[in-house]
Amino acid sequence: MSDDHGHGHLISFDPTQTEHDHHEAPPAQGRAVRIGIGGPVGSGKTALVAALARSLGDRVRLAVVTNDIYTTEDADFLRRNAVLPPERVEAVQTGCCPHTAIRDDITANLDAIDTLEERFGDLELVLVESGGDNLTAVFSRGLVDAQIFVVDVAGGDKVPRKGGPGVTTADLLVINKTDLAPLVGADMDVMTGDARRIRKELPVITQSLVEDPAATEVGAWVLEQLACAPAPS
Amino acid sequence: MGVASLVLADARFPGGGHVHSGGLEEAVARGLVSDVASLESFLEGRLRTVGLVAAAFAAAGARLAVDAGVAQAPLRDARASAASPWAVLDAELDARTPSAAQRDSSRAQGRGTLRAVRAAWPSPVLDELVAVHPRPHHPLLVGAVCGIAGEPAEEAARCVGYLAISGPASAAVRLLGLDPFAVNAALVRLGPVLDAVVAATEADDLPAPSAPVLDLMAQAHVEQRGRLRLFAS
Repeated sequence: MSDDHGHGHLISFDPTQTEHDHHEAPPAQGRAVRIGIGGPVGSGKTALVAALARSLGDRVRLAVVTNDIYTTEDADFLRRNAVLPPERVEAVQTGCCPHTAIRDDITANLDAIDTLEERFGDLELVLVESGGDNLTAVFSRGLVDAQIFVVDVAGGDKVPRKGGPGVTTADLLVINKTDLAPLVGADMDVMTGDARRIRKELPVITQSLVEDPAATEVGAWVLEQLACAPAPS
Repeated sequence: MGVASLVLADARFPGGGHVHSGGLEEAVARGLVSDVASLESFLEGRLRTVGLVAAAFAAAGARLAVDAGVAQAPLRDARASAASPWAVLDAELDARTPSAAQRDSSRAQGRGTLRAVRAAWPSPVLDELVAVHPRPHHPLLVGAVCGIAGEPAEEAARCVGYLAISGPASAAVRLLGLDPFAVNAALVRLGPVLDAVVAATEADDLPAPSAPVLDLMAQAHVEQRGRLRLFAS
């Protein structure tokens, strides 16, 4: 249909021509935005997912895929703590290779995401939590739109300096359990300084879920990703 | 071998195969496989039963994809009626796979493989197969792809027969920490059995050997609760 039907309207009846469209854009190509959460064993990935589910769950239609090597451990945690209804959590087996399942052969995770999308139809956000792995594990860009890498102060304050693809390239680096720093002798200035030096302009957030159970800063970052998710190719 | 059967048999092919152990994880958990010798025996039994059925259906799928002299009786019957020959093969393979868990595992790998092959071998033959079932059996899909790629049916059979043992062998290395050179040598020793399986797929009838212990263990694997489970099958 032509925009101009020859009447020479002085007033446009198309609201989008004169004011910002107040409707939120649908997620990329009609599917939910996918955010990967990776990091070493015990760094607090599941606790972060639980915090995000609690703080964003009533504002964002979200679901979670977990890749814990114990298969259902993380899924059970999320369900048991009533963070999410059981049907919003899918667990995948990774055949002893958590990094393979998020990077080299993402099929099991894509299937789990498809299952959730088919079940709910209107998801805005899928959090994909990797199994605990090492500093080289990153998500395939074919699986997630953005990724968070979680390390913790108890893992040693040299971890950011060691680098690796997770610390270096993740869209967000979270340095977790800052409340433990004095107890384990971790120097926060060293950790954040190294992280910012290695990551240049990429963001770094330090947090303690004991002090801020809602993971406020990370939650705000996730909402930013939802607002400006680039369309996948 | 053509590139299709090489790619599909490659452990690095991103079709989700790495999360399946073909019953090996359950056999290990029950103490039935604990070293290279017991692994080799497990693999030979699997190849002569599940492997033969899978190879025969891959070969039938390859012949059907190019519509070249489909010999098997069920398909001749289908030709006489209006039934889709893919539906006949799908049902015949279901009937030869008594464990629901094994059927699901076959379809899960078929669906994962479909995602990968759609990008590499677009063809209306794939649409015909998917029209019958959105999660096609893995051997039928591999057969269809080999046919589309112009490879002879015996290559499809060899590819699927090999996968029937290479997947569990790789799982054994990961689960038991077996010497990878010794496991590789065991796979190679099964070469003559694989040849015999491939030759048997040229028979006029679709074979139906059974391995009741594998059927039962596949079912037990997905139904057990409370034990660590690293593989989907």
